[in-house]
Amino acid sequence: MLFNKQHWAVIKLLVFTLSLLPFFELFFAGIDDQLGANPIETLHFGFGDWALRFLCIGLALTPIKIITGQSWPVRFRRMMGLFAFFYASLHLLVYVVLDLSLSWTAFIDEVPKSPYILAGLVTYLLLLPLALTSTKSMQKRFGRYWLVLHRSVYAAAITALVHYFWLVKKDYTQPLIYAVVVTMLLTVRAFNIYQKQISSVKAKSPKLGQKKTTNKISR
Amino acid sequence: MLIKSKTEIASHEITDQAVFESRRQFIKAASVLSASALLPEVSRAEAGKYANITRSTLSTTAAITDRADAISYTNYYEFSTNKQDSSLLARGLTTSPWTVEVSGETENPGKYHLEDILQANPVEERIYRFRCVEAWSMVVPWVGFPLGEMLKKFKPTSKAKFVQFTTLYNPDIMVGQRAHVLEWPYVEGLRMDEAMHPLAILATGMYGDTLPNQNGAPLRLIVPWKYGFKSIKAIVKIEFTETMPATAWNKSGPGEYGFYANVNPEVPHPRWSQSRERVLGSSIFAPKRETEKFNGYGEQVASLYSDMDLAKFF
Repeated sequence: MLFNKQHWAVIKLLVFTLSLLPFFELFFAGIDDQLGANPIETLHFGFGDWALRFLCIGLALTPIKIITGQSWPVRFRRMMGLFAFFYASLHLLVYVVLDLSLSWTAFIDEVPKSPYILAGLVTYLLLLPLALTSTKSMQKRFGRYWLVLHRSVYAAAITALVHYFWLVKKDYTQPLIYAVVVTMLLTVRAFNIYQKQISSVKAKSPKLGQKKTTNKISR
Repeated sequence: MLIKSKTEIASHEITDQAVFESRRQFIKAASVLSASALLPEVSRAEAGKYANITRSTLSTTAAITDRADAISYTNYYEFSTNKQDSSLLARGLTTSPWTVEVSGETENPGKYHLEDILQANPVEERIYRFRCVEAWSMVVPWVGFPLGEMLKKFKPTSKAKFVQFTTLYNPDIMVGQRAHVLEWPYVEGLRMDEAMHPLAILATGMYGDTLPNQNGAPLRLIVPWKYGFKSIKAIVKIEFTETMPATAWNKSGPGEYGFYANVNPEVPHPRWSQSRERVLGSSIFAPKRETEKFNGYGEQVASLYSDMDLAKFF
């Protein structure tokens, strides 16, 4: 490796700061009254967009590792995931505090009438346990179940896309771009798993090979 | 140095207290008058074409939205589905000369110059609430004339049950028309009795000046009790028809956008509530406004729909 531990700490700090830029951009635009005619919408959509972008970046790291053979991208997985959660939290906070003005009446009127809001809430509920269990100690405590739990990030990516598609009035260009990105990223993983299965069959480990072959047939 | 020990003021020089007080009142009244005379100017463009226009009594007293907000947040899919982008892209449109083609069930079909239409139909200021189907709203001082008065001059025949409006089709300039987001050209329509209602106007200006391109220049419809998408922009055709016109949003999503599109908090859009609206220009901590049936114009227009199930004919 080219970089030592200290180098990585600096790089991580740099990535962390960069990831906060969209937040500060919107925050200061808000203070300067530069959010346009519908500032709540600008904040709400802005945070929502960045939540989805960080989710995509987080999901891209393993495929980059698969393709390039470099292991360094995986170092940023936790941070990117947490930034996705950070922007998703701001997105939800703007909705509840500014758009609904903390009105329970408005909430129970609007949410059942809006399936896309439900899809958004489901996405947030899928991300929440991942953020809460993202620490190293939690990782250790959960053991092998930790990986199983964190696979729900794929489900979150899909419900986030559903949320986006469902709210659009007519022009699907933006959610389609994200859908293509997410599909590509998930395809790389799926293809990688498939290849691993093939190679394990070829390795003729009798026990493993047997098991995987039956799996393949059942598919 | 000469110091006058006593200033002599003749009693006739002393202002009578009653006069003094009445003068103070006069000054006070005058300052209020001049201030109120200045007030409407604030909402208008400086020295706009219609700066001294008469304000119609049909105007609302609600606080007028900042002009800057009203001209930068426009749904104009002919240019872009992005509200800010469409505001900028629309600058490329040439709106003069402009003709409107009148056809269908009328005794006076033909192509009319916009100047002639404006000559025959004196404009006035109408401050109306404007409620978008996307649950935001503003209050706009439009400059326009009653639609019905103009339609009468074209002498619609007894077969004319509806009136259909068409927007300009020019994909070279209206770049949004190159994508099939909606079926182009944009078409809207009203039932004849709706079109004849005194609240329905054709607008050619706003904020005391001509319409900015992005707000539908040079001629657009304003039907204040209906969702904004009914208020078609850049009108080039008016056709009297016997059957209900197939309108742009209704064709694109018949389950979501009806022909009538009356503002109605009781009938939600299939994907969102219509109970509340975000008033543009209000504080970001202000709660949304409760949407009124017929956008608050129920007293005037509810009778048009007295025998209709508004949940069915949304």
